[in-house]
Amino acid sequence: MVEDSKGDLPQFGLQLGMEGEELTEQETALYDRQIRVWGLDAQRRLTRASILVSGVNGTTAEFCKNIVLAGVGTLTLVDDREFSEEALSANFLIPPEKSLCDGKTLAELCSDSLKDFNPMVHVSALKGDILSFKEDFFSKFDVVVVSCCNLSVKKLINEKCRSISKRVAFYSVDCRDSCGEIFVDLQSYKYTKKKKLDEAVECELHYPSLEQALAAPWKKLPKKMSKLYFAMRVIELFEEIENRRPGGISFTDLPAVLKIKKELCEAQSIDEYQVPDDLLERLVSGHGEFPPVCAILGGILGQEVIKAVSSKGEPLKNFFFFDVFNGKGVIEDVSNGNASSNFPITPNLVEHFQLID
Amino acid sequence: MAPKQLSSAKELIRRAKVLMVGAGGIGCELLKTLALSGFEDIHIIDMDTIEVSNLNRQFLFRQSHVGQSKAKVARDAVLRFRPNINITPHHDNVKDPHFNVDFFKQFSVVLNGLDNLDARRHVNRLCLAAEVPLVESGTTGFLGQVTVHVKGKTECYECQPKPAPKKYPVCTITSTPSKFIHCIVWAKELLFAKLFGDKTQDNDLNVHSSDTSSSSENLEDVFERKKDEDIEDYGRRIFDHVFGYNIEMALSNEDTWKNRDRPRPIYSKDTLPGKSIKHNGNISKNGSTDDTPSLSAMTSLGMRSPQDVWSLMENSKVFIEALKLFFTRREKDIGSLTFDKDDQLAVEFVTAAANIRASSFGIPLHSLFEAKGMAGNIVHAVATTNAVIAGLIVIEAIKVLQNETENYRMTYCLEYPNRNMLLMPVEPYEPNKSCYVCSKTPLSLEINTHRSKLRDFVEKIVKAKLGMHSPIIMHGSALLYEVGDDLEEDMVVNYAANLEKVLYELPSQVSGGTTLTVEDMQQELVCSVNIKHRDEFDEEKEPDGMVLEGWSQPPPEEKKEANHTVSNAGTSISGGPVSKSSEVVEIITVEEELEAAPPKKRKLTTIIDQGAASPGGYSSIPNDTDNRGKVQVVDDDDEEDMVMLDGAPGVFDGDSDTSKKRKLV
Repeated sequence: MVEDSKGDLPQFGLQLGMEGEELTEQETALYDRQIRVWGLDAQRRLTRASILVSGVNGTTAEFCKNIVLAGVGTLTLVDDREFSEEALSANFLIPPEKSLCDGKTLAELCSDSLKDFNPMVHVSALKGDILSFKEDFFSKFDVVVVSCCNLSVKKLINEKCRSISKRVAFYSVDCRDSCGEIFVDLQSYKYTKKKKLDEAVECELHYPSLEQALAAPWKKLPKKMSKLYFAMRVIELFEEIENRRPGGISFTDLPAVLKIKKELCEAQSIDEYQVPDDLLERLVSGHGEFPPVCAILGGILGQEVIKAVSSKGEPLKNFFFFDVFNGKGVIEDVSNGNASSNFPITPNLVEHFQLID
Repeated sequence: MAPKQLSSAKELIRRAKVLMVGAGGIGCELLKTLALSGFEDIHIIDMDTIEVSNLNRQFLFRQSHVGQSKAKVARDAVLRFRPNINITPHHDNVKDPHFNVDFFKQFSVVLNGLDNLDARRHVNRLCLAAEVPLVESGTTGFLGQVTVHVKGKTECYECQPKPAPKKYPVCTITSTPSKFIHCIVWAKELLFAKLFGDKTQDNDLNVHSSDTSSSSENLEDVFERKKDEDIEDYGRRIFDHVFGYNIEMALSNEDTWKNRDRPRPIYSKDTLPGKSIKHNGNISKNGSTDDTPSLSAMTSLGMRSPQDVWSLMENSKVFIEALKLFFTRREKDIGSLTFDKDDQLAVEFVTAAANIRASSFGIPLHSLFEAKGMAGNIVHAVATTNAVIAGLIVIEAIKVLQNETENYRMTYCLEYPNRNMLLMPVEPYEPNKSCYVCSKTPLSLEINTHRSKLRDFVEKIVKAKLGMHSPIIMHGSALLYEVGDDLEEDMVVNYAANLEKVLYELPSQVSGGTTLTVEDMQQELVCSVNIKHRDEFDEEKEPDGMVLEGWSQPPPEEKKEANHTVSNAGTSISGGPVSKSSEVVEIITVEEELEAAPPKKRKLTTIIDQGAASPGGYSSIPNDTDNRGKVQVVDDDDEEDMVMLDGAPGVFDGDSDTSKKRKLV
């Protein structure tokens, strides 16, 4: 009799009450190719994640598409604006004509389209002003993504996320013309980093809030810092001071923007050439979002959210910039003071791979 | 792209006519981004139909579209949000002759989102011949890349040889497997093909028996189901033959086992309950007869999770059940089947057979999910990478329209940052002057002109190596061979006869010093092959019995089975001579062996040569690349999938003019 090593073992699956945890056959078939990338565990965690997106535009539309396809648990959209040509321009989730929109909000229109992408994801739209939502509202989510709002709103939502006992990951994303920026706040985040062949290190990352990060003195930032970082701050400040809606800027504003740049550079004691005029010129061009950049930002952001939710892989800390002009997608760590580094906790040999041959 | 030009590009974009080849993972994203970016005249070619496993990333498709043309459904989906643009779908193979050079000439730029090397090479040649710029792309998992190919300005897709598909030595497969993949190859290419495939094909299933008395004729009978033989008896007989008798035979070759663990013969009586796992309503459970793809031994046996690793007994049951179902429910397919990863029953049979064999050889067993991935060369794919790559393709396409040659970039999408970059642009290479495709450099072929037939030359060199589909072979002005629908009958007979002749005996004698001209009319590619006669070839190292020079494949990992490769999928793979510059970036990913069950994680590590000064100080990303200089990151197993993105000389650094830039000609 040939020994059968497994045949006599009891079947544990059901006894352990794993029902509901396991992916259905339908899910396994649908997610086959990505389970091969990130594994079954990560997929299970994804299917339980709740995501909130505030502000619908071309970039967040890309992001939503990516995470709905990936199979998150729920996606909630907030944006009470109504159809406009501008809203349509880089967003493939909105019907091409106002007449098809039935007076629905942008959040509702996008939610309708996204539902079709993956019937296993619960997508909904919520009405209301994001600023009026309290902490207990945000506590229902694992991830909050904001776009199309001014700096003060971003900071406020970021702080609300931080005041909740459970960790709510906060992201903001913006595409301006052919440039883009992502900000990430995972508060404190632990993950296992594999080193070389045989080592894994437990790492903990400490993220500053948006407020803290932006308070970092420019002079102390690395010389090779992406110039986009500074340029985005200039535009942001301009919009805040002038009380403009996000992206509500045009070429005629350039002189005022350059003036703010000059003042900022002086206040921060950095050379003005760190914030090139031609870059600012592009950012105020009023072209809105450039769809290829939306796709890139939505892809990178989607990947980051999937990482954070599934606790797989090293998340980016804490800014990402893309500029069509040089084609680079760069990560920058902008932290104030000493919260910036990550501390290896227990370097331990987790796995050792024997190399044969 | 210069700032002013983004707005002026609008008109160029609107008037451009672009061809997309492939409406799959990258294609769906690309078509959407093109439409949003203002492109108004787009042709798409894709021969495929939609499958369930596409839906997790090919977001233009829905469950209800399964089975329909990708190109057509993608068009309809995009027209819903951009109704006023022209999208022309072609549900066809890009290699179809009507997609000729004239067809390609109508486009401003061609954008590839393909999943195989063969089609990529074909499109590359047509773009060269039509002088249309090509933007090429590929992704696997979190990795991706975009490259630009413009005739005379940048390298063509074939300037750098691509990694050869992974191959395995025959005897490893037939006699001495040491890894699960060897068992998969055996189950799929030998056993499955033997039982269900074309019976006239050569098959090595039994060749390595030491028992000289078992002539192949005897063995043929073993696999044939006898008249009126009970199907279960037949299944058990096959089982005992391949897992019992054949192993006993192999064991009798004492020499083989001197330095190896001896395998253990397995017989059905030991792994299965007494005859008949009962026919517990199998038939009805499996529904009506016409849903072939869903016919399943697992369903019959009440097994559910494809993630479970089955016991030997379970594998044996699946083996017998699957074989039964083939013979009772899919009898008409038998004799013409080839393995298909979307054929559930075939996957089950191959999984079970591979596991039973693995069990014999003391190799860890694997789940159906894992086995399917290996047997089907399934490439890992996620929507996010495809979206990013599609964005990058459109950016390059716009530069091409603007003719901004000096701004073309090839861009790598990385899993882990390299010098803080997740998206890393690199200046394109110049054309390779020794490329036989874009520089028409003659090749030379060492061959035994007295032993090799014209057929060998056509199959092993012209088709397999040179990637031609409808070749014409000439010696001076004498035609030795051609393919075509409109040939005279006597010529067809003539060419057929030529194929069977050794080179030396062809009507127009081919010997050392002869130059043959090989041409593909559709690709408009002509190349010269200088023949050098050589008597002997090393069977192991030169199994083709001929050696092509002047354009070389990188060293293949192992010989035999064109089976296990990442490159088949559309993926990455870029070339670039590693030694061209002191700045070298190599990325090697190695899949983990499957010991630890499903979560197959892809690793990628980058190591940068000196000069790649990491912008120090503020990077929080722990740097595991400090052994600067060389570049090897091998994980645990050198035989798993490997992606190499190598040779990125002159990494472009817009902030620093000190980086070495390679000027385009």
